[in-house]
Amino acid sequence: MTNIVVLVKQVPDTYSERKLAETDHTLDRESADAVLDEINERAVEEALKIKEAGEGEVTVLCVGPDRATDAIRKALSMGADKAIHVSDEALHGSDILATAKVIAAAIGKVEGVDLVIAGNESSDGGAGAVPALLAELLGMPQLTYAHHVSVEGSAIKVDRETADEGITHLEANLPAVVSVTEKINEPRYPSFKGIMAAKKKPVETLTVADLGLDAGEVGLDNAWSTVSEAAPKPPRTAGEKVEDDGDGGTKIAEYLVGQKLI
Amino acid sequence: MPAERLLPSTEAEDLLALTREIARDELAPRADEYEQAERFPREQFRLLGKSGLLGLPYAERWGGGDVPYEVYLQVLEEIASAWMSVGVGLSVHTMSCFALAFYGTDEQRDRWLPDLLGGDLLGAYALSETHAGSDAAALSTRAVRDGDEYVVNGTKAWITHGGKADFYTTMVRTSPAGSKGISCLLVAADTPGLSAATPERKMGMTASTTSQMIFSDARVPTDRLLGEEGAGLRIALDSLASGRLGIAACAVGLAQAALDEAVRYATERTQFGKSIIDFQGVEFLLADMAAAVESSRATYLEAARRKDRGLPFARQASIAKLVATDSAMKVTTDAVQVLGGAGYTKDFPVERYMREAKVPQIFEGTNQIQRMVIAKELRNA
Repeated sequence: MTNIVVLVKQVPDTYSERKLAETDHTLDRESADAVLDEINERAVEEALKIKEAGEGEVTVLCVGPDRATDAIRKALSMGADKAIHVSDEALHGSDILATAKVIAAAIGKVEGVDLVIAGNESSDGGAGAVPALLAELLGMPQLTYAHHVSVEGSAIKVDRETADEGITHLEANLPAVVSVTEKINEPRYPSFKGIMAAKKKPVETLTVADLGLDAGEVGLDNAWSTVSEAAPKPPRTAGEKVEDDGDGGTKIAEYLVGQKLI
Repeated sequence: MPAERLLPSTEAEDLLALTREIARDELAPRADEYEQAERFPREQFRLLGKSGLLGLPYAERWGGGDVPYEVYLQVLEEIASAWMSVGVGLSVHTMSCFALAFYGTDEQRDRWLPDLLGGDLLGAYALSETHAGSDAAALSTRAVRDGDEYVVNGTKAWITHGGKADFYTTMVRTSPAGSKGISCLLVAADTPGLSAATPERKMGMTASTTSQMIFSDARVPTDRLLGEEGAGLRIALDSLASGRLGIAACAVGLAQAALDEAVRYATERTQFGKSIIDFQGVEFLLADMAAAVESSRATYLEAARRKDRGLPFARQASIAKLVATDSAMKVTTDAVQVLGGAGYTKDFPVERYMREAKVPQIFEGTNQIQRMVIAKELRNA
C-alpha cells in the first residue's frame, strides 16, 4: 500500500486578470476567480494512477486561506481520499522557507508517508523551490521535474526533464518527494458522483499552533524575501512587420535567431 | 460576462464548475469545426456520460444524479452556450429517458435505466411523422402484437440522433382509436427491421444528426412496452413538458453566447475614434439583448422550481420555451447586427448562432403550439 500526500494550492484562475495587493504587494487573492492550480491536478492524477495500479491512500495537503476549501474539494472530487487544510491568518505573505516548514510539519501529521507529490511550480507567486526545500526538511530524496513516474516495490523511478539538459533517469528508495511537470499526464475531470462523494470525505483543518510551530516563524513579517515594488505589465507593442518579397521565411527565421528563440 | 447564478448547494456549484470546465476546454474549441464538417460529436457525449451528466435529473437508485431541474437546466444552459448541438442532444437524451424513468415498471427500470443514465448510451425520442407533427395524435406507425413481440411498420420523422442513438423512445399506434390508440416502446437501435434514412440537410445544428427512422417489420419484444397500451400520447406529452424546459435552457445558453460575442466585439471595435459600445445605438441594443437573456433565464428557472416542488408547470414550461426561444432568435440576429459585415461571415460564430436559434422556435412543439397550451389554461382557468 502506497501512502501518498499530494500538495495542492489554490491560485487565481489564469483566465482572469491577476494582480498584487496595493498595500503589501502580496497576491490579491480576492480579486480573481480562484481554482485548483492545474499543475496540482496533474499531481493528483499521478497519485490516483499509482493508487489505482496497486493499493494506496491519497491525502491532499493544502496551505491556504479558508476559501481554499474549494480547491481541496476539487482534488477530493477527482478521487483523493482525504485532506489536510492548514489555514491561519498568521500565514499571510509567508515566503517559501516558511511555507516548506509548515508543509513539512503537516506531513508529519500523516502516518507512514511513502511519497509526496507536488507540482514543480505554482502559477501564482511561485519560486519552484518548495518541493526541494521540503525534501531537505523531511530528509527524503528529491526527484524533481518528473515527466514520468513509476513506483516499483519500495523504489521510485522518475524521468526528469529540464529545458536544456535532456532527460535524466532518477531512482530512489521510498519515502521520497517528487515534483511533476505539465507533461506528466492529462488530469481526469471529476464526475458528478465524485463531487457527491467529496463532501463526505474527511478534511482536517489545522492552524500553525496545531503544527507545533510559532507564529513568529511564518508570515510576511518574518519572510526572508519581500516584494518592494510592483508595476503592471506594459501594454503590448505593435510588433514588427515582415514584408514578404519571396524571402519572408528567411526574414522570420533571422528575426527569431536575433531574439535567440531558434 | 459569464452568467451569474444562484445555486442551491455547494455540490451544485461544483457541478456547474465542472460543466463550465468541460464546456470551455472540450466543447467550445471543437464546435465550429464539427458543425462545418457535419460531424456528430459522439465522443463528446461519452465524456459527458463519464462525468455523470447524462442522467442528472433522475433517481440515484438507477444511476441518476438526483439533482433538481433548477440545477440540471443550468448545466444544460452552460453546455448549449459552448455548443448548441451538444446542449440540445443532452436535452433530447434526458427527455428520451423520461418514459422509462416515470412510466416503466421497477423490473423494466432495473433492467434498462442504469444503462440509459450511466453514460455509455445515447437516446432519441421518436414521436413525429411526416404527416403528424403538431398533430401528433395523427401518427400512423403501426405496432401489431405477434406473440411476445410487436411487429412495427412505419416511418418516424425529425429524429434527433437518428441513426446515432442506442435507443429510441418511440410512439406507435397499437389500435385505431385516435389519441387513445398510441403506445410507447423502448426500441433498441439494433432491432432487426429498424434503419435510419439519409440525414436531413439542415440550416443549422449541422453536427447533430436528424433523420427519419424506418420501421420495416421491426420486431420489438412486448416487455419493452412502457406504461399501458394506449397511454403513449400522455407519456409523450408529459415527456415534452419537461423537454421544453430543456429547450428553453438551451436557447438561453445560445443567446448568452451571442451576447458575450457581441459585447466582446463592441468593446474592441472602434469607429469615429471610440469603441462602438460607447455609442448609444449599440449600447442600447446590447442592453436589450442582456435583458432578453436574463429575463428568459428567470422564466425557465421559475418553471423549473415549480416542477421541483411537484406543482403543475405545463403553462410555465410553455411560456419559458416560447419566451426563451423567441428571445434567442432576436438576440442572435442582433448579435450579427452588432458585428456588422464581420457578423455575416463564417469567421465569427454569430451567423451560426443565428441559424441555430431558428429551430428551437420549431421543435418540441412550435411556438404556435406553445401559445395554444398557454391559451388552453387561460380558457379553463
